[in-house]
Amino acid sequence: MSSENGKRLLETDAGGLNFEATELTLGLPGEPRVTSDGGAKLGSKRGFSETVDLKLGDNNREVKLGHSLQEAAKSPVSKTQVVGWPPVRGFAKRGKKSCKYVKVAVDGAPYLRKVDLEIYNSYQQLLTSLEDMFSCFTIRNYLNEKKIEQVNGIEYMPTYEDKDGDWMLVGDVPWQMFVESCKRLRLMKSSEAVGLGLTTGPKYSSTN
Amino acid sequence: MNYFPDEVVEHVFDFITSHKDRNSVSLVCKSWYKIERYSRQRVFIGNCYSITPQRLIARFPGLKSLTLKGKPHFADFNLVPHDWGGFVDPWIKALAKSRIGLEELRLKRMVVSDDSLELLSKSFPNFKSLVLVSCDGFTTDGVAAIAANCRFLRELDLQENEVEDHRGHWLSCFPESCTSLVSLNFACLKGEINLASLERLVARSPNLKSLRLNRVVPLDTLQKLLMRAPQLVDLGIGSYVDDPSSEVFSKLKAVIQLCNSIRSLSGFLEVAPCCMSAIYPICENLTFLNLSYAPGLQGNDLTKLVQHCRKLQRLWILDCIGDKGLGVVASTCKELQELRVFPSDPFDAGNAAVTEEGLVLISAGCPKLNSLLYFCHQMTNAALITVAKNCTNFIRFRLCILDPVKADPVTNQPLDEGFGAIVRSNKSLKRLSLSGLLTDQVFLYIGMYAKKLEMLSIAFAGDSNKGMLYVLNGCKKLRKLEIRDCPFGDVALLEDMGKYETMRSLWMSSCEVTLGACKILAKKMSSLNVEIINESEQLEFSLDDRLLVDKMYLYRTLVGHRKDKPEYVLLL
Repeated sequence: MSSENGKRLLETDAGGLNFEATELTLGLPGEPRVTSDGGAKLGSKRGFSETVDLKLGDNNREVKLGHSLQEAAKSPVSKTQVVGWPPVRGFAKRGKKSCKYVKVAVDGAPYLRKVDLEIYNSYQQLLTSLEDMFSCFTIRNYLNEKKIEQVNGIEYMPTYEDKDGDWMLVGDVPWQMFVESCKRLRLMKSSEAVGLGLTTGPKYSSTN
Repeated sequence: MNYFPDEVVEHVFDFITSHKDRNSVSLVCKSWYKIERYSRQRVFIGNCYSITPQRLIARFPGLKSLTLKGKPHFADFNLVPHDWGGFVDPWIKALAKSRIGLEELRLKRMVVSDDSLELLSKSFPNFKSLVLVSCDGFTTDGVAAIAANCRFLRELDLQENEVEDHRGHWLSCFPESCTSLVSLNFACLKGEINLASLERLVARSPNLKSLRLNRVVPLDTLQKLLMRAPQLVDLGIGSYVDDPSSEVFSKLKAVIQLCNSIRSLSGFLEVAPCCMSAIYPICENLTFLNLSYAPGLQGNDLTKLVQHCRKLQRLWILDCIGDKGLGVVASTCKELQELRVFPSDPFDAGNAAVTEEGLVLISAGCPKLNSLLYFCHQMTNAALITVAKNCTNFIRFRLCILDPVKADPVTNQPLDEGFGAIVRSNKSLKRLSLSGLLTDQVFLYIGMYAKKLEMLSIAFAGDSNKGMLYVLNGCKKLRKLEIRDCPFGDVALLEDMGKYETMRSLWMSSCEVTLGACKILAKKMSSLNVEIINESEQLEFSLDDRLLVDKMYLYRTLVGHRKDKPEYVLLL
C-alpha cells in the first residue's frame, strides 16, 4: 500500500532524491517533501546562488541582477526567498497536495511518529500504512474485519483527537471530514477499550 | 450632424457591443455621445481608481452590467500588500443609492466585504449575475446573503477567491422558489456544504448549465447531481475518489454516459487515478479541459485521458504530463488554441517535467495555437525560433522559465534571439511575458516588431535604461507594463512622460527608479497617480530624492488622488 502511495507523489520519479536523507526524517518511507522553508535538498542539484554565479561575467557582459536576486543569492537556501517567484498564482495549491501531519502515538511504544493524512484517500490506506509503520502491532480493522498477521497478539483500536479535543473512534465519519478534524492519532490497546463497550465497528460506507 | 432620428442611431448602436467600439462611437460628436451614453448597458472599468462611481452613474443611467478591476496584476504573486486598496464598497454604496438597475457585477482583484455583498443583494431587485475573480475580504456569510436575497439569480461564479469559510449553510440559503440558476461555481470554497441542499438546488434548476463543485463534494453526490442535471455543459468535479469496484462508481459511469452536453471539464480537486477511465466517454466532446488543480495524476494518467480528447480547444494541465505527454497532445488535439502548463513543483529542477522539447512538439502539431502559458525549467533559442516558424497566430505568449536569468543551456547565450523570433513572426501578439537570461537586445526586438502589444511582463531582464526605452518608444499600443527586478531607472522613466497617459498603468518594483524621479513625474503629469509602496519600517519617507523606490505603481486617472490609501502608500 505504501508503495502505491509512493507512486501518487509527484516527486518520486527519480528526481535527485536522496533516500538516505529521508530515512533520517519521521516521514513515511519514500516520501520526501519540499519543506516550508524551501530548504535545499541534501546532496542534490546546485544551490541557487551557484546557478546565479554561472551567469555572471560571461563574455564580459555584465549581467545586472535585480535586487531581489542579489538578496537571494546571498543565502543558499534561497529559492523561496525571491518574493513572488515563480509568478504562478496559488502554486502551492496546484499539483502538490497540502500536507497535514499528525502525531501518532501507540500505547506502549517509546516514541511517536508523524503521518501526513493528506496522502491517503481512505481509512483503509491509512490503517495499512500505520500497520507498516508499527509493524509489530495489529490494528483492528473495521472495514472488512480482516485479521492481519499478529506478531505479539496485541490488538489496537485506532482513535483520534478531534478539533473539540474529544477522543473519537476512527472510521465513523467520511474520510475527508476525518482529515479535516483530526489533530492526532492514538492507537489504543483493545483491552482498554473493551470495558468502554467500543468493540463493535462503525457502519462504514464503501465510498470512503 | 445626424441624418437620422436619434432612435434610428440608437438602434444602430445596439449592434455595437464591444467596449472599444462604443467608446469610439461616443467620441464622434456631442449628439452621438448623448445617444450612446443613454443606451449603454455594459461598462468595463479596468482600473477602479481611474474614475469614481458617481461619475459612472451620472454618465450611464441605463447601466445594467459593471466590470471592475482593482489591484495590479502582480498582486497575484504577493507583491502588493494585502490592504493596498481596490475596495468595492464605495461602488456598491453609490450604486445602491442611485436609480441604477444593476443586474450584473464582475469584479477582479478587489476587496469585497460581507456588508457589501449584503447591500448588493438587497438593493437591486433584478440582480442576476455575480462573478468574483481573485477577490478577498469576504466570508461565506456574504455568499449566503446573495443566495438568500437575489430572487432571480442566474449566475454565482466564484473563481480563485480567498473566502473565509464559515461552513455550510450558505447553500441552504437559496430559497425553494429559486429556480433560475444557470451557473454555480463554488470550487474555491474550502468548507463543508450541505450536500442534501445542493442536490435539491440542482434538482430545481432546470436551466443549470455550469456547475463547479468544491473539494468536499464526494463522488457519490456527484453521481446524484449528474442524474439530476444531465444537461450540464460545464462541469467542475470536486472530490473524485472511490473504489472502482464499488456500486456508486458503476452508477457514476452509467450516468456520465448520459451527459453528452458536457464540453468543459475541470476540478478534480481530489482524485484517484484509477477512477479516470469513467471520464473517457465524455472526452470526445470536450473543448476545454482543466486538470491544473488535480493532485496526484501522473504523466501517463494525463496522457491516457488526453488521447480521447480530439476536439480539445483549450487545455490547462500540470507539467507532470511531460514532454512525451505534450507530444501526445500535439498529435491528438489538432483543434488546440490555448495551452497552459503549470508547474507542479516550482523549486525542484531535478524533476524537469517539461522542457523546450514539449513546446516544440506542440507548435508543430497544433496549427491553431494562439495562446500559451508555459512554465518550464529550461528553454533554448533554437526551440523558440522553431516555435516562431511553426506558429504565427499567437495573441498571448507567456513563457516562464522557473529559474530566473537562466540562459540557453545549449549555447549559454541569452534568450534574446528566441523571443525576437517570436515577436517578429507573430504580428498579432497582444500579450507577452518574458523570462530567462535577457539583455537589452530583446527589448530592441520587441520595440521593433511587437506593434500590437498591449501587455508586457518583465522580470530580471535587461542591462540598462535602453531596454525600457525601446519598449516605450516602439510599442504604440502598450497599455500595461509591469517590471520587476530590472536595471531600469530614472532616465527611462522620465524620457516620455506623456506616454503613460496612453496606458492604463505601469508597475516597477526593485528597479533603479529614485524617489526624486517619481516626484518629477507626478508633478508634471496631473493626470497620473504615482504611488510609492513602501513597506519597510521607515515610516517617514526620508525625503531623500536619491532613495531607490522599492515599488512604484502609476496609472492614469480622471479623478486625482484616491482617498482610501493605506499609510505605507505615498501618493506624490
